[in-house]
Amino acid sequence: MVTGKRMGALVAFAAAFVANSATGQEIAKATDGQMGFMAPATPVMEQIEKFHNELLFIIIPICLFVAGLLLWVMLRYNRRANPQPSKTTHNTILEIVWTAVPIAILVMIAVPSFKLLYLEDTTPPADLVIKVTGHQWYWSYEYPDADNMAFDAIMLPAKYFDDPSPATQAERKRAEAQLAAFLGRAAPPETYRLLDTDTRVVVPVNKVVKLLITSTDVIHSWAMPAFGIKLDAVPGRLNETWFKATRIGTYYGQCSEICGIGHSFMPIVVEVVSEDDFEKWLAKTRAEYAAVDSAPVRMAALAHR
Amino acid sequence: MVNTAPAHASDHAAGHHDHPTGLRRYLYSTNHKDIGFMYLWFAAIAGIIGFLMSVAIRVELAEPGVQFLPLFTGGDAAAAHQLYNVLITGHGLIMIFFMVMPALIGGFGNVFIPIMIGAPDMAFPRMNNISFWLLPVSFTLLLLSMFVEGPPGMDGVGAGWTVYPPLSSLAGHPGPAMDLAIFSLHLAGMSSILGAINFITTILNMRAPGMTMYKMPLFAWSVLVTAFLLLLALPVLAGAITMLLFDRNFGTNFFEAAQGGDPILFQHLFWYFGHPEVYILILPGFGIISHVVSTFSKKPVFGYLGMAYAMVFIGFIGFVVWAHHMYTVGLDVDTKAYFVMATMVIAVPTGVKIFSWIATMWGGSIEFKTPMLWAIGFIFLFTVGGVTGVVLANAGVDTVLHDTYYVVAHFHYVLSLGAVFAIFAGFYYWIGKMSGRQYPEWAGQVHFWLTFIGVNIVFFPMHFLGLAGMPRRYVDYPDGYAFWHHVSTLGVYITAVGMVWFIGLVAYTLLRGRKAAANPWGEGATTLEWTLPSPPPFHQFTELPVIK
Repeated sequence: MVTGKRMGALVAFAAAFVANSATGQEIAKATDGQMGFMAPATPVMEQIEKFHNELLFIIIPICLFVAGLLLWVMLRYNRRANPQPSKTTHNTILEIVWTAVPIAILVMIAVPSFKLLYLEDTTPPADLVIKVTGHQWYWSYEYPDADNMAFDAIMLPAKYFDDPSPATQAERKRAEAQLAAFLGRAAPPETYRLLDTDTRVVVPVNKVVKLLITSTDVIHSWAMPAFGIKLDAVPGRLNETWFKATRIGTYYGQCSEICGIGHSFMPIVVEVVSEDDFEKWLAKTRAEYAAVDSAPVRMAALAHR
Repeated sequence: MVNTAPAHASDHAAGHHDHPTGLRRYLYSTNHKDIGFMYLWFAAIAGIIGFLMSVAIRVELAEPGVQFLPLFTGGDAAAAHQLYNVLITGHGLIMIFFMVMPALIGGFGNVFIPIMIGAPDMAFPRMNNISFWLLPVSFTLLLLSMFVEGPPGMDGVGAGWTVYPPLSSLAGHPGPAMDLAIFSLHLAGMSSILGAINFITTILNMRAPGMTMYKMPLFAWSVLVTAFLLLLALPVLAGAITMLLFDRNFGTNFFEAAQGGDPILFQHLFWYFGHPEVYILILPGFGIISHVVSTFSKKPVFGYLGMAYAMVFIGFIGFVVWAHHMYTVGLDVDTKAYFVMATMVIAVPTGVKIFSWIATMWGGSIEFKTPMLWAIGFIFLFTVGGVTGVVLANAGVDTVLHDTYYVVAHFHYVLSLGAVFAIFAGFYYWIGKMSGRQYPEWAGQVHFWLTFIGVNIVFFPMHFLGLAGMPRRYVDYPDGYAFWHHVSTLGVYITAVGMVWFIGLVAYTLLRGRKAAANPWGEGATTLEWTLPSPPPFHQFTELPVIK
């Protein structure tokens, strides 16, 4: 079973690469039949996957052990095999063992568990800050470090992927061209049903990005499985998390707190690019999406503390 | 274990006992068996409705795209999305409040607790009746909510059974559907609180002479602990939803961020109830499994004291772990660390119970009748559900698994393959006693296998979906999740065949089943209900049995 899950993750990982041999880019989304996590793209997700594998090494044997005991008991002590039931109702040593051993196992789990928790929740000094705001039913992003440039990320309509009519497909081509222009690329990217949006959160590789997350209406949740992060967007509250992406590529996530009829339709796309490409993109985009007011510089200074 | 003095004189329902008939018998009932049967019928009907909702959900999710529900909304896509949210909300609320709780506590609890402790009825027979009759009214309010406005321009409550504000408040659901749902929960909560008072008083005060707490059957222990959980947790839910009602209708701002309130406060209050609630759902099931395993192994339960204390411990700790449902709301890291530790602690008494059941079977003389099949299935499948709970307890990994199908897999394993298996075990164990007619053994086995195979195919793939990132409460999903969703829906069709089979089995049993003996199960059945005829007389133990 463990092999199966590892194989699944490996296959998914490999498939992701194979599918994108054209651009050589990593694209992190679920592939059909996937049985494990998406391939990690941050050190935090690598640790999460490692810890989960350790947990599997404990829980699968436990389940097999219980199943084995049950099978043994059913075979050895059924009415035909054992017509005379015993009257045993106590065995103090056994009771101590089956209390103490689980406690020991739990302590063994707790040590790496706390280490992982504190790793996730301790934000290192940030190279870049992005403010994320959830709305019914899309995400918007602001870059306080870049004159608070801001843009919305609205899902590409499902009909682009469902409706083969020439009119709709022409619309889709235009949208993909606009996305390419947003990213500062010549070639329009491959797009996926219910995952792609008309803009993307562009970040530089190997830099610590701090996210400040909130909402304007109901509770949403910003999730990026390949990065190992998920944090609720709560109105009136600013939640903080961080990531450091170690691989260039396109990463997909989806809203993770029920927020009304559009809950399934407000995905998240993060584009991790080289430092140079990021600087180029920033210069181009801040001109286009500059914010009207200019409190951002102060905010950026605060956010970096 | 329990010897009773000859109790023939107390059995005969002599003419001078009150024995109402017709509508009065049920509308004004003060008989714990009649009330228990009403609860069981109610749970069966609600369960079928909840099951049909789950079938609709899975039919929609069989393929990417929204193809099924628009058939019911005249093609309106937005209305179909709302209908989906209403279905998942309704499915959860119905299964929890109108199926599992009425079946285990209202149903089996009412019928068997007085008998098992040697009492003639519950402490408050008339209050028992109102506990039941509150439920059809409550259920009606919930069903009505589906047909009035919730979100602007759409019907029903689509906020999940957890109904977090602001989605459940005016911002997300300005219409009256949410208020109807709140009133529905008020009544259901009231029903359970009154029932809890009844069970606690009955069990503490009305045990027959010689039946100390430590001679009490484990099902009675389980219901006692459950009753305390109900008593202490439900008022907090009542508080939370009343605050929500006030925010919605009377201008308060408990959960309104813009006015200085806090949406997260609702979550703390809800889960302070919500976590004990899940133990409420499973503890009576633990009690039933102990009885069934002991009976069909022809051995007393191993480690009776450990079993009783494990349930008390689970109930107690269940009150201090609630925020493991809130790991992603932005809690302080040290707070999360505490809840990780407290949550993992519960695995210990639960493990003690699993091993004790196996130790009960060890050295026994096991007969694989239908109740025992359900019990053995429970022991294994609850273990599977339990270990995924240990995975989720770790906040570090829960970051990626929260609000994904991994969570859906976890709680369906412990509920649909835990609590529901225990309910079926109880049904097959006790139907002969309750109705006087026994089920056909071969038909019961068919039901078990159809359901066992079906529900495992439905829910096991959900672990994969969750690990791969599939979020909960989604009406449509990216193509990469299609395979396992398809497999899961196929499992529902098998389960549905099992459900139809079960309905047929119940009809056959009640109409034409073979007459059931007082004790169809042999020497392993040692609790007091097996000393009474099947069905039991209208009144029993008018002369109390003496327990040696």
